[in-house]
Amino acid sequence: MSTPAVQVVGLDQRFTTASGEVHALSGVDLTVDAGAFVSLIGPSGCGKSTLLRCIGDLVTPSAGTVLVGGVSAHEARLAHHYGIAFQSAGLLEWRTVQRNVELPLELHGVGRRERAERARHLLDLVGLGDFAGARPGQLSGGMQQRVAIARALAEEPPLLLMDEPFGALDEMTRERMQAELLAIRERTGTTVVLVTHSIAEAVFCSTQVVVLSPRPGRVVRVVDVELPTRDEDAREHPAFFAAITAVREALRGRTPLAGALHGEDR
Amino acid sequence: MSELLATQLAQSAAPAAAPAGARAGARLALGLRRTATALVGVAALLVVWELYRAFGPVQGVEVGGQRVLPRADPRSMPGVGEVLATLGEPEVAVPGARTVGVAVLDAAAGTLRMAAGGWLLGSAAGLLLAIAMQRSRLLERGLLPHVVLSQTVPVIAVAPLVAGWGGRLALTPTLAWQPWTSVVVISAFLASCPVALGALRGLQAPGGAEQELFASLAATRRQTLLRLRFPAAVPFLVPALRLAAAQAVVGSIVAEISTGTRGGIGRLVLEYAQQATSSPGRLYAAILGAALLGLLAAALVSLLDVLLLRGGRGPGGNP
Repeated sequence: MSTPAVQVVGLDQRFTTASGEVHALSGVDLTVDAGAFVSLIGPSGCGKSTLLRCIGDLVTPSAGTVLVGGVSAHEARLAHHYGIAFQSAGLLEWRTVQRNVELPLELHGVGRRERAERARHLLDLVGLGDFAGARPGQLSGGMQQRVAIARALAEEPPLLLMDEPFGALDEMTRERMQAELLAIRERTGTTVVLVTHSIAEAVFCSTQVVVLSPRPGRVVRVVDVELPTRDEDAREHPAFFAAITAVREALRGRTPLAGALHGEDR
Repeated sequence: MSELLATQLAQSAAPAAAPAGARAGARLALGLRRTATALVGVAALLVVWELYRAFGPVQGVEVGGQRVLPRADPRSMPGVGEVLATLGEPEVAVPGARTVGVAVLDAAAGTLRMAAGGWLLGSAAGLLLAIAMQRSRLLERGLLPHVVLSQTVPVIAVAPLVAGWGGRLALTPTLAWQPWTSVVVISAFLASCPVALGALRGLQAPGGAEQELFASLAATRRQTLLRLRFPAAVPFLVPALRLAAAQAVVGSIVAEISTGTRGGIGRLVLEYAQQATSSPGRLYAAILGAALLGLLAAALVSLLDVLLLRGGRGPGGNP
């Protein structure tokens, strides 16, 4: 068996704030297989974003270990092992769309010609080939988010981390972006860890949905999702609804209905 | 899909991209209108001046021993024509002496040089201070109040001190502290504050997402400074640099007067003020020079704005 893309063991996260200590995550164990699409879902403030940031080494855990691609999260970050996209696209407004996508390559010393070529290719991939010279401010929210995804994929990282990337988009754009994300993943084979608070989004995109408890966040249940297809029809399929029910039940802290799904309780 | 995107973009970009020629024309018209308004304002002021000279009370108006309106005699209020005529007069009654106009221009150029030096030095110092304060919260907490407070220090009192310290500095003979060095240092002192404050705000402008992005890319501090914080600071720096230019000019003039440094408009104002009884027009000629100097400094910095905003950020960067 190959090295898991992400391996989290006994993760504990406490913050000290003005109003006292916050226990954000408690004893989280999580394994993301290479090539999987895993969604983290849970009530607001359950620490799912913190968990993602621990994987990305943007936050240092209070206790526990995080391995990314078999090495420590810190080494993985320095080795540019992952790309990340946030809820706010975080594009640099003074750069053109293409130069935004080039940013990771530029920081890591890739030559001008190769940078431009890769950026063009990625913009084609996210359907923005015609907007290379536009400014971020000229694009709609959905288009900006696509640029951010292209930027996250710029170095063809084995792992893509996403923190509610479609959270600020309207429902229709959101569903279209989810389908596009799956199509991109199909072509690149990237492992994805997605933080979301939309049950439908988690189920539609993921091979596994990890359900976290209210703070301090613990993994309550891991729901395996097996859909016959991943196109728009999948949203109408009974398996889709069954998975949604399973995730919802887990979020409400109930045991799943008998024989509902392939979930495993923790 | 791409058709939809194209329509979206066309809609959002349309007002910006539309007829560039028409926009440039509108800008020119606006510029002309503003210039005309400013000229009308100046002309109105001159008319009021001349009217008061013609119809105002010669001895002024006193209420309970306090003069509330100035005397309208020619010595107190030289006419506009008289001031302009002064510009053509020789400065001293010696054959071949330069005219007052040339003296004023020379002095204005001298002050402009010192102010430019002060502006460059002060802007550089302000920028370095801002970078230091952005890097260290401790430095920010320690320095920031002093930067703000430094502006309340009366320059007129400190200037002779600076000149005094400078004279005692043991520099090499070629690098000796010149009187104008004090003026440049004082001017830089005044110019540095707005730049430090503006640059600090600009460097701190990038939000959490941008900072996390650079962290996720394992960017070095230097890369983060050059590729994220500096470009983000440009819109804050431009007004700061403009303010610094004004401060540098005022600082230079005050420092010249206060240290008695020759070669600038401040000193000339002082000299001509002493001749006010014999040739009252001269003082106003020097003040005219100081006003022109301010306008020129503002124009030069505007040129820099264009370079920083258009050149540095590309067309359409700041819609």
